Amino acid sequence: MSVIYQKTYNVEKDDYANAGLVSSLIKQSLRTIGVSSAVSRRVAVAVYEAEINMIIHAYGGTITLEISDDGAIRLIASDLGPGIPDIQKALTPGFSTASKKAMELGFGAGMGLPNIKRNADEFHIESSPAGTVLDLKFQERE
Amino acid sequence: MKAEDIAKVLKAKKLSLSGEYALDKEYSMVFATDLMSDALAMIQKAPEETVLLTGLCNAQSLRTAQMLDLELVVIVRGKELNEEVVRMGSDLGISILATPFTMYEACGILYREGMRSVS
Repeated sequence: MSVIYQKTYNVEKDDYANAGLVSSLIKQSLRTIGVSSAVSRRVAVAVYEAEINMIIHAYGGTITLEISDDGAIRLIASDLGPGIPDIQKALTPGFSTASKKAMELGFGAGMGLPNIKRNADEFHIESSPAGTVLDLKFQERE
Repeated sequence: MKAEDIAKVLKAKKLSLSGEYALDKEYSMVFATDLMSDALAMIQKAPEETVLLTGLCNAQSLRTAQMLDLELVVIVRGKELNEEVVRMGSDLGISILATPFTMYEACGILYREGMRSVS
């Protein structure tokens, strides 16, 4: 298996005006490449939640899209901190530490990480004060 | 229910229509929320038949619709959308209606007309 497509996007801290733009570009790329609507929708929901999380909670970071020759899609969302103190709590539906600004955007329901986990076929998360890395894989489901 | 009829019963303004046949499109389900992650969690099937009802009148309601492949967003409570957001709807191929009714009233009206919740 080898990577046939790779692109990295920057996400800036507090860039509320462009929230969702990276996800939009990724979704458009997937459709252009010919990924099915069911898979591209799952990827889009996950990357959108990751992008919003990065804008709201992190000091900025990057999102990388990789596609392999076997059709597998990998997303790596890597930020510059401050990290998630309790990942288990953050994975609990409804748990939220979102700010008033996040609420104004329509987020802060405490469904971000649970939505990401549900849509991905493989979900890995590591977090420290230096940053959080989400590594997600997606493929066609039977 | 056709988009045209949804607009009629909700006394809605047509802020953006995605193409010539947008009003002829049929919808059968509704999800109503101001929290976009709830929409992202709950709308999992038949997005092309699902209408998002929301009071959130910024770009994120349209981004959410885009990620989910939704084609119709109804803004409730008589809120105005700025031109930039309406233009985004056109660019993304998402129709936008704006109703003066509250979320509760709009849901009640659509339920009475036979629209059902997402399953």
